[in-house]
Amino acid sequence: MTLILRGGRVLDPSQGMDKVADLVIEDGRIREITEAGKGNGSTVEDVSGLLVTPGLVDIHVHLREPGFEYKEDIETGTRAAAAGGFTSVCCMPNTEPAIDTPAVVRQIIERAEAVGSARVFPIASMTRAMAGDRLSEIADLKAAGACAISDDAFPVQNAETMRRGMEYCAQFGMTVMTHNEDQSLTVGGAMNEGLTATVMGVPGIPRVAEDIGAARNILLSRLTGCRLHLLHISTATTVEFLRWAKREGAPVTGETAPHYVTLTDEACADFNTNAKMNPPLRCAEDREALKAGLADGTVDVIATDHAPHARHEKEREFDKAPFGILGLETAFGLVYTHLVVPGVLSLHDAIRAMTIAPAAALGLPVGTFKPGAFADVSVFNLSERWTVEPSTFRSKSRNTPFGGWELQGKPVMTVLGGRIVRA
Amino acid sequence: MNNLLGLRELDAEDIRHVLATAANLREILGRSVKKVPTLRGRTVVTLFYEASTRTRTSFELAAKYMSADAVNISVAQSSVSKGESLKDTLRTLESVTADCIVIRHSSSGAAHMAARYLKIPVINAGDGRHEHPTQGLLDALTIADHLRPDTGFDFSGLTVAIVGDLAHSRVARSNVWGLTKLGATVRWCGPATLLPSDADRLPVQVTTDLREGIADADVVMVLRLQTERMEKGLLPSLREYSRLWGINATTLRWAKPDVVVMHPGPMNRGVEIAADVADGLGPGATVIEDQVHNGVAVRMACLYLLMDTGSPRVEDKL
Repeated sequence: MTLILRGGRVLDPSQGMDKVADLVIEDGRIREITEAGKGNGSTVEDVSGLLVTPGLVDIHVHLREPGFEYKEDIETGTRAAAAGGFTSVCCMPNTEPAIDTPAVVRQIIERAEAVGSARVFPIASMTRAMAGDRLSEIADLKAAGACAISDDAFPVQNAETMRRGMEYCAQFGMTVMTHNEDQSLTVGGAMNEGLTATVMGVPGIPRVAEDIGAARNILLSRLTGCRLHLLHISTATTVEFLRWAKREGAPVTGETAPHYVTLTDEACADFNTNAKMNPPLRCAEDREALKAGLADGTVDVIATDHAPHARHEKEREFDKAPFGILGLETAFGLVYTHLVVPGVLSLHDAIRAMTIAPAAALGLPVGTFKPGAFADVSVFNLSERWTVEPSTFRSKSRNTPFGGWELQGKPVMTVLGGRIVRA
Repeated sequence: MNNLLGLRELDAEDIRHVLATAANLREILGRSVKKVPTLRGRTVVTLFYEASTRTRTSFELAAKYMSADAVNISVAQSSVSKGESLKDTLRTLESVTADCIVIRHSSSGAAHMAARYLKIPVINAGDGRHEHPTQGLLDALTIADHLRPDTGFDFSGLTVAIVGDLAHSRVARSNVWGLTKLGATVRWCGPATLLPSDADRLPVQVTTDLREGIADADVVMVLRLQTERMEKGLLPSLREYSRLWGINATTLRWAKPDVVVMHPGPMNRGVEIAADVADGLGPGATVIEDQVHNGVAVRMACLYLLMDTGSPRVEDKL
């Protein structure tokens, strides 16, 4: 069984490749990339005029299953991923029960395989039930298929617990992904501390809470040698700390999300709960520092922090509404329209930050067209202009601040293990 | 005006129109029969998620003096105690044919949320730390009575010092917008731990020094200090607060000799304001009871302007 994607612009940052070619897929794997028009196969899909990249990889997604299926489940979440051009997602452990036992890890992987819309790599919790004290059985979780360890949504506050957790993970080569926040500074906070919050009378979340958390985690990574990935960076200072960590040779990577490079805390004005997430939208200065960090490679990864919430949960008082917004179905359009088109990031670097860079941060076997790799492919129409219409989302939820935005660049198809998922 | 959510959204002309309307309606409060038929057949629902004496009572009386029916929802005895959401509570009150909702809530933005989900007018009676627009209006009316009568509410040249817990105060925010739009200079003075972040980027002069804060002020507005601020580690003691930021007969001499002293209430006598100043025995004029009285007139004006769309001129209705 051979599938040819014929005549597209094949862009694979893992090999520095950007050329018009045929992508030859055999038995679910990449066989070769040949001169356009030369590939032979049983099925030929004409993708001329379209961009063909390794399937996008989102290492920061909340699929909500098990436990919160009214917000999202593995089926709707992975269909949203496919619609957004993602073929691999890593799901966060703040489920109910938490992803802290091998049984839950296996259940998620099996459900995702049954749905068949995208690969799902579960991230297990550092501590049992994400309670911040006793460590989860990390070796067993890894053996069951957990791809990394995280404390996202319930950041480990005790530095000793984080130190020992990192030491323990390091011996198995597991990356620890941290939500960076000193929560003693953020009690009651609902948005970025600053002028907009002051005018709105909303309790603030100061930037230093993230910076102190990031600095602590970077220092613990240096101490323990544990691979560290900083989740959803939102501040200029944390970008600077990450730059320093890399200069020091610490095994640290970092991500930001499309909303942090396209919005500021002013999006919360009028008490818009769909602009409420944690860390919160910051200021123009932070937004520009994040763009600069992506441009110079300090910030390795673009991830979405896709965080579905039901309508009734977001239709609450601003301070009582939950943190989090959707990301999967708008990420590529936002990145292309607001980073690539204006020249902040080359298309090559943008695709790298959404394919091989996130895969490398966690050691995932995806994000490349090297021969023998999984035949996971995304195809985009870069000239297509479209309007974000939340009612058409595959996700079960609608909590996006981008409804009505005009974007350019649309995912048109993904291939998962050699099978066309959506055309 | 479809709703009254905050003074930040209003322009000077809107504010002056409400104040002029209130000044006209205030005459009713001095009559032996305090009732006009203006809003007969209309229903005002007050929905208070926080305790209140003067705001809730004055809204209720304002409605009654205008012949509207007033229904007061006590949250503790409502379905809110069964976990009903704010949105559902609001929709329910609209469905039972309320013509106007007056809402007080501990969450900033609750009144905006009400306006988003309701077709009937919404009046913000205080939302979290955000705004308390009718307080700002009654403060402006009181300042005008004492310092700028018959000027058409032109406050240019006036300096108003707001002293105390600015971080947690919706009154301070509404007064910044209201008073600066009318032409006044506004100062904020309080301990650094009770100033909100980036306050200096608001149209106010900010200082932590009381003497500097109230120097030559025409008005000193004293804010309530909630005693739980001590437990949160924002202040060492009431004693030190009172010594450094308390308004008393001595510190008040730093302001203008005919200074007007205001307080939105309820007061902590002996903490943010000395009892003799509160009772008008200090320098200048203490006008706290005038504020409460004007509160009824301002709320009558707001109800009238939002609910009676038939006539553009209040005088025709009286």
